[in-house]
Amino acid sequence: MATIDLGRTAHEHAAALRAGEYSARALAEATLARVRAQDGDLNAYITFTDELALQQADAADAALRAGQGGPLTGIPVGVKDLIGTKGVRTTAASKMLGNFIPPYDATVAQRLNASGAVTIGKTNLDEFAMGSSTEHSAFGPTKNPWDLTRVPGGSSGGSAATVAARGVPIALGTDTGGSIRQPAALCGILGLKPTYGRVSRWGVVAFASSLDQVGPFARDAEDAAALLGAVAGHDPMDSTSAPLPVPDFTERFGRGLDGLRVGVPSDFFGEGLEDGVREALERSIDVLAANGAVINRDITLPTAQAGLTVYYIIAPSEASANLARYDGVKYGYSYLDGRNAEDEMSQTRGRGFGAEVKRRIMLGTYALSAGYYDAYYLKAQKVRTLIRREFDAALEQVDVILTPTSPNVAFRLNEKLDDPLAMYLNDLYTIPVNIAGNPGVSLPCGFSEGLPVGMQLIGRMFEESTLLGAARGFEGVTDWHRQAPPERG
Amino acid sequence: MALTPAEVRHIATLARLALSDDEMSRLGTQLSAILDHFEVLKDIDTEGVPPTAQSLDLHNVQRPDVVTPSMSTADLELNAPRVEDGYLRVRAVLE
Repeated sequence: MATIDLGRTAHEHAAALRAGEYSARALAEATLARVRAQDGDLNAYITFTDELALQQADAADAALRAGQGGPLTGIPVGVKDLIGTKGVRTTAASKMLGNFIPPYDATVAQRLNASGAVTIGKTNLDEFAMGSSTEHSAFGPTKNPWDLTRVPGGSSGGSAATVAARGVPIALGTDTGGSIRQPAALCGILGLKPTYGRVSRWGVVAFASSLDQVGPFARDAEDAAALLGAVAGHDPMDSTSAPLPVPDFTERFGRGLDGLRVGVPSDFFGEGLEDGVREALERSIDVLAANGAVINRDITLPTAQAGLTVYYIIAPSEASANLARYDGVKYGYSYLDGRNAEDEMSQTRGRGFGAEVKRRIMLGTYALSAGYYDAYYLKAQKVRTLIRREFDAALEQVDVILTPTSPNVAFRLNEKLDDPLAMYLNDLYTIPVNIAGNPGVSLPCGFSEGLPVGMQLIGRMFEESTLLGAARGFEGVTDWHRQAPPERG
Repeated sequence: MALTPAEVRHIATLARLALSDDEMSRLGTQLSAILDHFEVLKDIDTEGVPPTAQSLDLHNVQRPDVVTPSMSTADLELNAPRVEDGYLRVRAVLE
C-alpha cells in the first residue's frame, strides 16, 4: 500500500477512504505512528488511545464497505482531555484527576463516536482549562510546532498543536475565554467557539458553566463545519443547551465575500496590539474589501474593553463553585493521612490543584464571599448585560465583527508564567465574545516574525454558518490556511 | 486593594485549600494586584441594568418526571479512594 499523505484535510481523507485508496485502519495506524513520533517535540497528548482508535477504525471500514457513514467516518481526531471519555483516563491535565477513568462518555464524545470518527488520543491543556499557554499542565507544557521554544497558546494547546503539525486533521477543544480561538491563532489554524448553548457541556469537566463551550479545530472551514455538525445540537442532559435545530454549517459556502458586511471596531485595535499583528490584520481587511466585502469602521464596542475584568470575576467565581466537588471522597486524587475529614479535604485540594487553579479558586471564593458579592459578582453580571447589548447593536449593522484574535504572536515558554495579569491580557479580544455568548472563529491571516497571526470573526447568536461561510470565502482568496510548520519528530 | 494575610487565610479556609506560607504570601500579592484591576468596573454606570447569568433566554428548564436508567454503584465505586459495603468512606466529621 502506498504511503498515506497525512497532510490531507479530513474531507480529502474522506474522499480517499471512500475511493478505497487506503483503509481507515491503515490511516489510524499511520496517524498513531506520526503523532507519537511528533510528541517528543510537541507533548500535545496526555494519553494515546491506540486500542480504541483501531476498534473505531475497523468499525469505520465495515461501515464504508457497506456504503454507509458520513464525512467523519474513519477520520482521525484528537480530543481535549477535558472531555470525559468512558473507560479512557480523563485528567483535565491535573494531578487531581490523574487516574480518573470516567464511567460515561460526554455527549460530545458519544456524538463523535457515532459520527464514525477515530479517536487518536486525549490532548494536553492548561489544568482545568485555566490558562492561555498550556504551560499550566501537570503533564508538562505543549510546544508550538512553528517554534519549539514558544507556547502554542491555551488552554486547548494540545489540540491546536497536533492539528497545526498535521498530526490529526481535526480536534475538539473547549473555549471559556478564548481557549479554542487563541491557540488556533498562535498555531496558524482555524478554531471556532460556537454560540453558548449550541453544543452540550454534559460530561465535559466544568470550569465556568455560563461561558464554557466545546468547538472544533481544523485546517479549513469545510472540516470545521463537519466536526461542529457532528457534535452540535440540543441535549436533554444539559439544560443550557439550546433547543434549536442544527443547520448544515456549510450552507453559506457558496456566497463568497461579495456584499459581506464586516465591522472593524477601533476599540479592538488599541494599545497592546503588536505592530506585526496589526499589519497582518490590515492587509487581510484590504483582501476582504478587494473581494467585495463592505468594511464598516464606525461600529464601536466601548464596554467590551471591560470584558476582561468581568471575566476574571465571573469565571473564577463559577470555577470556585464547580471545583468544590474535588473533595477526595468520590473520585480523583485523595490525601488519606489528614487529622480529620476537613483536614483531608483541604490537604487533598492543596496538593491536588496546581498554582493557577488555586489562584482562581481563591479569587472566586473572595468575589463570592460575604460582603463582596454585590461589588464584584453582581456588578460583573450587570456589565455583562451591557456588553451583550453592544454586540447585538453592532451586529444589526454588520454581518460579522472582525478583530485580532490575540494581541501578540506566540510568546516564549516561561515568559508570562509568573505574571498572571500579563497572561490574562492574551485573551483581551476573545473574552468579550464568551461574555456575550456569540460565536467566534479564528482564521490564519498572515505571519509576523515568522509566526502565525489569527483574525477573529464574531457573528450573531447561532450564526456559525455565517462565520464559516466568511472563512470559506477568505480561504478562497488566500493561502494562509495551507502554510505548514516545519516537520517534527 | 491590598489583602491582609488574615484575609488570605480566611479565603483559603472558605475554599478548603491547605496552602503553604509561601503560597499564602505569593497569592496575597497576586490577588491584590488583580483586585486593583477590578476597580475599572466602578466607572461603568449600571444603574437599572439587569444582571445576565448566562446568554440564553432559557429559564427553569424541566423534563417529564419519568424514571430513566442511571449509572451503577459498582461503576461509580471504581474511582473512589475508600469504599466499604457500597458506601464511600470518609474520616469522622465530628470528633
